[in-house]
Formats: sequence, C-alpha cells, structure tokens
Amino acid sequence: MLGYILQRILAAIPVMGFVALFVFLLLRLTPGDPAAIIAGDTATPAQLEAIRTSLGLNDPLFTQFFRWIGQLFQGDFGTSIISGKPVIELIAARMEPTISLALTTIVLSVAIAVPLGVIAAWKHGTLIDRFVMLLSVLGFSVPVFVIGYLMISLFSMQLGWFPVQGFKPIGDGVGKFFHTIALPTFTLTLLYIALIARITRTSMLEILGDDYVRTARAKGLPESRVLMRHALRNCSVPIITVIGIGLALIISGVVVTESVFNLPGLGRLTVDAVLARDYPVIQAVILLASLIYVVINLLIDIAYVILDPRIRYA
Amino acid sequence: MSNGLLDIRNLRIALNGNKDQQVVKGLNLSIEPGQTMCLVGESGSGKSLSALATMGLLPPVLSPIAGSIKLKGEELLGASPARMRELRATSMSMIFQEPMTALNPVARVGQQIEEVLEFHTNLSQSARRKRVMEMMEGVHLPDVEKMYRSFPHQLSGGQRQRIMIAMALVMGPQLLIADEPTTALDVTTQAQILSLIRELREQQGTAVLFITHDMGVVSEIADDVTVLKLGEVMETQNVENLLRHPQTDYTRQLLQAVPSHVPRMARAEGSKEIVLSTDKLCKTYGGGGIFTRAREVKAAQDVSIKLMKGRTLGIVGESGSGKSTVARCIMRLIDPTSGSIMVGGSDIATLKQRELKPQRKKIQIVFQDPMRSLNPRIEVGQSIIEGPLNFGVPRAKAMARARELLELVGLPASAIDRFPHQFSGGQRQRIAIARALAMEPDVLVADEAVSALDVSVQAQVLELLAELQQRLGLGILFITHDLGVAAQICDEVIVMQYGRVVEYGPAAQVLGAPQEDYTKALISAAPGRDWDFANFRPFSEAPLAP
Repeated sequence: MLGYILQRILAAIPVMGFVALFVFLLLRLTPGDPAAIIAGDTATPAQLEAIRTSLGLNDPLFTQFFRWIGQLFQGDFGTSIISGKPVIELIAARMEPTISLALTTIVLSVAIAVPLGVIAAWKHGTLIDRFVMLLSVLGFSVPVFVIGYLMISLFSMQLGWFPVQGFKPIGDGVGKFFHTIALPTFTLTLLYIALIARITRTSMLEILGDDYVRTARAKGLPESRVLMRHALRNCSVPIITVIGIGLALIISGVVVTESVFNLPGLGRLTVDAVLARDYPVIQAVILLASLIYVVINLLIDIAYVILDPRIRYA
Repeated sequence: MSNGLLDIRNLRIALNGNKDQQVVKGLNLSIEPGQTMCLVGESGSGKSLSALATMGLLPPVLSPIAGSIKLKGEELLGASPARMRELRATSMSMIFQEPMTALNPVARVGQQIEEVLEFHTNLSQSARRKRVMEMMEGVHLPDVEKMYRSFPHQLSGGQRQRIMIAMALVMGPQLLIADEPTTALDVTTQAQILSLIRELREQQGTAVLFITHDMGVVSEIADDVTVLKLGEVMETQNVENLLRHPQTDYTRQLLQAVPSHVPRMARAEGSKEIVLSTDKLCKTYGGGGIFTRAREVKAAQDVSIKLMKGRTLGIVGESGSGKSTVARCIMRLIDPTSGSIMVGGSDIATLKQRELKPQRKKIQIVFQDPMRSLNPRIEVGQSIIEGPLNFGVPRAKAMARARELLELVGLPASAIDRFPHQFSGGQRQRIAIARALAMEPDVLVADEAVSALDVSVQAQVLELLAELQQRLGLGILFITHDLGVAAQICDEVIVMQYGRVVEYGPAAQVLGAPQEDYTKALISAAPGRDWDFANFRPFSEAPLAP
C-alpha cells in the first residue's frame, strides 16, 4: 500500500513538471510585456530595459525557467505586479473562503444526493424516482447565477434570513461563519446534488440487478441492509470519483458563485488577476489548481484500493 | 400428498401479470423431507423462475398469478415481505449458478456468512464467528481462519460455491434450492460439490430442489425428477424409472440428445493433407515488468498439434488448462511467445499484422456465446459479408453467398436482414458458423462452440458441423470442457492441464482407454458417465459389442 502511494506520488511529478512548463510558456508566449505593465505608459525605453534586466527577462528562456522553478521550490511564487505583495500571501488570504465553500458544498451535497440516488434506484420508475430525476435536470440546466440571485431575492431580501453577500471566517464564530456561507453553499449544492444523485442512481440501478444483491435477499436480510451494505458499497467507486472531481472543480474556481455572493475567494482572485494581466498571480493560481487536481486524484486512487479489494496496487 | 415439505400446486407465473404471457403454466411439485428433487428442463422451461417464486425473489416484471406454494403447510404466495425474510435462510435457502457473481465482491466471505446469523439469531459476535468457522469446516474448506478473511476473487470457483453452500445451510434450513450450482464449475470440482451436497443432505436431513439441465448430474444426485418444457410439467418420476422408461417423447428426446461418453466409432482415415499444425507453441504471460513483479504464467507450453483436412481434433481440459490460449494463439488473436503455427504451408506465428491478413482467410473461429459474439446493432447479413468484403468480394456476390450459407446452416435465406436478437441461441450459433464459413476457410476453430446451448440444440449444431465438414472438407479444431461432446465429434483428442499436453491420441484411445492419471481422473469425474442415456440403460447392461 505504502509502495503504491509512493509510486503514485512519483508519477505525479512529471505531470506537475509539464504543467509548470506550460504555465511558464503561457506567460512568455502571450503578447504583452510585463515590464511595460509595471512601468506604466510614461516609461522611457531605458527604464523599460532596466526593469526587464531586473526581472531577468533578457536571459535565455531555459535559464528563466529553471530560475523560476528554483524559486518555486523555495516557496517563492513571485510578487504581484499590481499590488506588489507576495503572491503566496495573496493566495493564502483567499484560500479560506474557497476551501470552506468547497467543503460545505460537498458535505451537504453528498448527504442529500446519495440517499436520494439510492431511493430513486430502489423505487425505480415511481414518482419518487421521477422527482429525483426532475431535480437533477433542474440542477444541471439552471445556471448557477440564476439560482444564486433567486436565493438572494428570496432568503435575503424577502425573508431576511441570510446576508446578501460577504464572508466571515470560522475564527469569527461558527454561527457567523455558517450564516454567511449558507446561501452560496445552497446555490452550488443544487448542481452537485444533481450530479451525485444521478451517478448514484445509475450505478445503483446497475448493481441492484447483480446476482449478489439477489443472494443478499435470499439470505433474508432487510432491504436497508441489502441496499446500503451490499449495493451501495459496490457503487462507491463511481460515486467517489464524481465527488472527488466535484471537490477539485469547486476549489479551483467557483468564479460565478464567488462573484454573485461577493466572496473573497480564489475564483475572484483569478478573475481579477486575469483582467489585470497579473502574470505571477495567474501562474501561481494555475499551478495551485493543478496541484489540487493531482492530489485529489491521488486520494481517489487510494480510496479505490480501500473500497474495492479487487483493484490491485500494480 | 399434501404433507410434503414443499408443495407447489398449479403454480402459474406470468409476465406483467398478463395471463396470456405465462412462463410457468401450472407447475405441480412436491418434495418430502430429506429428498432430492431434480427440476430438469432447457432454457425457457421456467425451472429457475419456479425456484425464485418459492423464495419470493421473482423480478418485479414477473408475478405468480395463480396456484399455491406451501412450505411445511404455510402458504408462501401472499406471505408478507417480513415473513418471507424470516423464512429465508432459516427454513429455505438458495444457491446459484455462478458463485463468483453471487457473492458480494467487496465483502469478506466469512462476514457474508456471518451476516445470516446476525439477522436470524441472537448469538453474540464470538458465538457467530465460531459457528461460521464450524460451518466452513463442514463444507471442507481448508485453513478457515484465513478463508474467513478472504474476498471472493481470492478463492477458486469450487471454494466460492462451498462458501455459498455454507451460507445457505448455516441456519440448518429444511429446504435447499440449488439452481444449476455446478454448471459453471470444472468437472472435477463439480463432482466434489455434488458429493458435498449429498453429504450435507444426509447429515442435516435437508431436502434439495436441484435445478439442472444436465442429465448426467441428474443421474448422480436425484431421487425424483420433474421434467419441464416451456413452463409445463412433462412428467415426474423416480430417477431410475425416468432414465429407463421415459413416459413422454420430450423426455426421450432430451435423453437421446445427451452426448455419450463412449467415443463414437473411429472414422476411416481420410486425407493426409495437414491443414494446421503447431510446433512447440508457447504462451507466457507476465514477468519482466519494470514496476511490476508479476508472476510469470505459462499458459501454454510446448503444444504441438496436427490437424488433417476433413478431420476433427479436440482439445479438452478444465479452466486454466490453456486450451483457449492455444486456440487464440492459433487464430493470432494473441501473440504466441514462441513456437510455430503452420497454416496451409506458411508459418503465421511471427507474421506482422499486414502479412497476416491474407492468411486470416484460411482459419476462422466460432466462439462460445453467440449472444455476445454477434454485433447486436448490425443485421446478420452484414456480419456475414463483412469478412469477404474486406477481401475484395463485390457486395452483391457476397450477399448472394451469405444467403446460400444461411440455407446451408439450416436457416431461411430471408434471415439475412434480421438482427441477432431476433434469433434463438442455437440459431445464432448457426449464424456464427455461417459467418466463419463465408471466408471459405480450411480450418474452423470452435472454442466451446456448443457449451452455451441447450442439449437438444447442441446435438443439432454438432450434427451441422459434422455435415459441413463432410461437404467442405473442413479441418475442425474443437475446444471443449465436455468429454461427452469430445467423444462424439472428435477423431483425435488432446488432453491439457496447466498449459501442457497430458495425452494426445485417437479419441477412442484417449477417452476409451486413457493412459494418464489426469485423463482418468477427468473421465471418472464426469457426471453420468455410467449411463447410456440415449439407450435408456446403464452401460453395464449394454449388450456386448459384436
């Protein structure tokens, strides 16, 4: 098991290497001169040249690349061109809202969607099943910002239950935290409920036709046991996959939701950086997002091995 | 008559509750305590459905519309779900055909047995565990401590079926329903499982409702036999009487279709022309990976065969013997590790795909399961002409030939633009044969080609193959696990075990007077080997051959 994990971590290194190279080239090959952005409109050619030299932009590409990689390994992600602050600080400040939103959304979605999917499959073809399917079509097809504004209009403006926007860190008190994160969570949850309930229903439908489910019933087990222990357990691989991908998606950019609810998260940071051509920030955010994907995929792979003994480490 | 353990009276099961779509039409059946009743029939006879109805496990689209099923006098049809759950495992249990799929793949087998006790007894966890261990020993599983913690995929087929039996009998039910429990197992394993069921029946006094299509198995295990055909009971008799004096034509046909284990008369030697031969063919899997330390598996070792024009060479063996590996190497569906494969004078063992293509025409294959070997989305005519088109035959000519071939295999030419699902299993296998013949091959490889078919259909397809061979001079390489089938169709037989050839010679010699211990063991494990079903008597009573 440990060897398997080590092997998977080793395999992730070239992936991250390629991402780093891509990100680096993206910056160098897109039109636009960082020196010009820093210096502003009034700069003289001599000033520009001085800035270029100080940024190392006149060195050969591969020298720049390895220098940059070297800095990354020392935890130096560069400095934002716009705010002048270290990128790592900017990201750290934006991590909490995004991670909080991701976790609340996934936990709530799983708690609702998995039972819904199981029941829909169990009561296949009945009204409950159709209701779940309808919910899931709605969740997929109504854009997030529409749901977001509807939520705000109903729960904030009319009922006054939740704030319209903003974010309070968990350090300010659990109550305040949940009060501010509730609406964005509900908004995003609808999409993930749709996704997870659907995959749960489909996998369960397939598994419920399997022989060992019949065996479980032939043993005289109650339906709850047949469904949870024998059927759902065998669906865990596709469900975990979708949950993992969902989590990675939320962390690496829920731009719309963060914008609607004015959450100071990573998604907003990314958009602002792109609009301002703040290359060091863009680079760091892309790298971070890839790292999150790689880590979550690794966790999913490890979960497979734990959940399904037939999957070999090799 | 009504004080039997299980009494089924006039049971009718219908599709969607529609009485015009009955799949079981008035089944009557009675089992006494401790007795074994065999329910025999071909596919579609309703034998499994009757069993599932007894357990209350029919799929939702099927429902009993009339009749009664009484277990110890208690009516099961209409019993509450809670009552049915109570009865399952405690009063009646069921084991299934394929123990691999019948066990939960992600749960430890010991826990799967223990679960039964958890829901049907108040035993403490340690008492449950103890009982499970006893039961696992009772079904003769080795090293039960380790076995308890194993997952199904880590066990052999026979071990898995033993787990199923332990699970079914752990509560000591009076009735065990066994639905084709040995069909998916090798013949030696089958013999062991049959003797285990007999032993436990004697120990526990369990009555057994044994569902099978195999007359050999019936002759080994039954007290009484009920023969079903398309949902109707043909006859119920004591096993001895049934085998000796079948009352209905259907039973007679069923018995006559059973391939005898006595090899047929050797055919006169024919052509000396070798159409297929291999020399020291080897196939090794695994080993040599950089990251993996996979064990090397020698799936085939030094297999040398020779097949003449117009003759049939059989390869028999249990699962894992390498017989299918040899067939696939010969077809170059997988690449042999070493050795040569001569087809019509050229060695195809090492040819590259491009060079191989013209040779492919000479050798064609028919697979085991005609449900899966024909593309369900294209018409059978298209399936048949696909090969010839690839070799440049004009479409119109290929279609005309396809019609002829369909007639040759006993189907109407109009079948050409129908889809596979519109045909029965036997008809589909005929189509698969027509598809192979469309290439006008010299050699036909039949990989378990009749194993998935009912015995009467199997007899027809074997007859068809023999007839085609006569007419077209085909060399047939016939892969099978069924010694009876091999005895009836093969001129020469190869017995394989663990990838090696154990015995190779004329069929009459290998199957009639085997020299090797393994061959002898295989033959003695075959169920019903003592019965000459087609002549309604044991071989021991057969008049001596002139």
